[in-house]
Amino acid sequence: MLKIENLHARVAGKEILKGLTLTVNPGEVHAIMGPNGAGKSTLGNVLSGREGYEVTAGSVIYDGIDLLALEPEARAAAGVFLAFQYPVEIPGVNNTYFLRAALNAQRKARGEQELDSMQFLKLVREKLKVMQISDELLHRAVNEGFSGGEKKRNEIFQMAVLEPKLAILDETDSGLDIDALKQVAQGVNALRSPARSFLVITHYQRLLDYIEPDFVHVLAGGRIVESGDKTLALKLEEHGYAWVREHSEPAGATA
Amino acid sequence: MSQPAPVPFVASLLDAPLPASGITWLDALRREHRAAFAAAGLPDTRMEAWKYTALRALGQRRYANGDAQAATRAIDPAAFALPGVDGPRLVFVNGVFRADLSALDALPTGLTLQPLAQALQQDAGPLRFVLSRHEPEQGDAFVRLNAALAADGVMLKVAAGAKIAAPVHLVFLGTPAEAELAWHLRHVIELGEGAELALVEHHAGGGEQQHLGTTVSDTVLRDGAVLRHVLFQQAAAGSSLIRRSRLQLGARAKAVLHVLELGGSLVRHDLRAELAGNGARLDTRGVFMPRGRQHIDTQLAIRHQALDTASESVWRGVADQRGRGVFRGAILVAPGADGSDASLSNKNLLLSGQAEIDTKPELEIYADEVKAAHGATVGQLDERSLFYLRSRGIPQAEARALLTAAFCRAMLDDLPNAALREHLAARLAV
Repeated sequence: MLKIENLHARVAGKEILKGLTLTVNPGEVHAIMGPNGAGKSTLGNVLSGREGYEVTAGSVIYDGIDLLALEPEARAAAGVFLAFQYPVEIPGVNNTYFLRAALNAQRKARGEQELDSMQFLKLVREKLKVMQISDELLHRAVNEGFSGGEKKRNEIFQMAVLEPKLAILDETDSGLDIDALKQVAQGVNALRSPARSFLVITHYQRLLDYIEPDFVHVLAGGRIVESGDKTLALKLEEHGYAWVREHSEPAGATA
Repeated sequence: MSQPAPVPFVASLLDAPLPASGITWLDALRREHRAAFAAAGLPDTRMEAWKYTALRALGQRRYANGDAQAATRAIDPAAFALPGVDGPRLVFVNGVFRADLSALDALPTGLTLQPLAQALQQDAGPLRFVLSRHEPEQGDAFVRLNAALAADGVMLKVAAGAKIAAPVHLVFLGTPAEAELAWHLRHVIELGEGAELALVEHHAGGGEQQHLGTTVSDTVLRDGAVLRHVLFQQAAAGSSLIRRSRLQLGARAKAVLHVLELGGSLVRHDLRAELAGNGARLDTRGVFMPRGRQHIDTQLAIRHQALDTASESVWRGVADQRGRGVFRGAILVAPGADGSDASLSNKNLLLSGQAEIDTKPELEIYADEVKAAHGATVGQLDERSLFYLRSRGIPQAEARALLTAAFCRAMLDDLPNAALREHLAARLAV
């Protein structure tokens, strides 16, 4: 599904990713953990096509195509979804209108029939039930005046409606209290399927108590320095990121 | 002593015969204004009021005076149909009244609506005061020109206490002709004490044409009158439109204006309001969207002249490609207008590196206990919002249109006519 090889990327002239390699198969949940500044969010942004991120080497093959050659909207239509760490407030754009425009734009790009408002409403009602969120959020402007938890739930709700094949959750747990965290995790778990893969980017192990990953990778200094199963996350929690650095970097290596 | 030869624009319009009304004072007035127009010529950018709107290109144009075929030109009524607007209607094509396209049968009680020329023929006396009123100032060339050449326009009166619910639709349609035309219309609108009126002023047009239209309108609201005025300007792409609107509000009168300036090539609107009676209130909401090589200039001037008057002006400008928007919002609180409450905000978006917006809020206060606020900003589309929409699959052009419409959308929120509101809102997403 996703094959990242030797990925190097720069932001504002500074190299952040320095040879990242990662393979994700259909249905797998991969957690990417790492200290602040390791390049976690850069990875999510590069994969979703944000401007200002310059790929200097390496490749990203998604579903057999060169993902990096696609515009952000084409990546979305191809099934890539980024749940933002900081969802953007867009006053004046109604949440429902936005979501229908997004879904229909994706469907159109894929050569599928667009949904009329009745069909869309039916879909939204089903998804609302799964996500257990109030339809009051739908009538508001996109993320405007939403609490931190509401914003993150809205991201997961969008994911439920758009049904991506590859979902990248960028620090979706940040700023959430434990109840909100559980709700978000529950939503994600409801969307797990053999055809859908997840990249769960997080600083803390806590989220992984609720979203159980198949693989855990440690990102440090722009590369994956350690991979393992979910027990790796527990080890990290116990020893801290300093342990990984000592454990993985050759003596004398500098950033 | 010798005067320089007039520019082609002025020369071509001086060739035109003055309309002959047979009304002595009116014909004299027209001659006087034509002489003043000929003497002064076009204003240039050294005059403050025209600083950002250069008329050099217009000055090189020649116009034919009026359209002799206007009465018979084929017009598809769909060109001016608006959802939620199906009341009385007065239609002008290339400046000429078209009874066949208008809807003047069975007017509601209390409403007088007719072409000005007709009203003048019936009884010119009551119109003498308003048509003779002129406060000369520098750069008034188009007001002079209009006073000299306008033979028709809208005469609208609402009797005291009458409430006209169905919106009155005033249509000014430009359509291609054999030559570039200049047309001029003069409007007189009066709402009696406690009268209420919903009005849609609609400039429309299509096809290849570079006509020039000028309008001058006087609107008077007597004590306690309420006017809801929608000004929807979607004139043909090549045309020029230069308007002066004067609005006078009596005690406790209230006017709400929603303005959408979308069409035209060279567009100028001077909107002058006087809050003349105690407790009068004026709310204006406006959007101007120059693109291509459009130039859209709005000059809003509001005078608070009485106690406890209020005005709130909220305007948005969006300039794309090589479009240029000009906005001047001047509020004056006159001596003695204590307790006035005035606010003005103009926010603008530049969508391209070659677009330009010049905005200038002005505030002059000569009274006490006044609340006043004003501000203007010029910015660009938020890249984070744009990426957010695109990351969800919305193509860039659509995402930009969505954000642009959202930026302007609030200007229409308090327009009560829902069908019209949605129609206009859809025009913002382009």
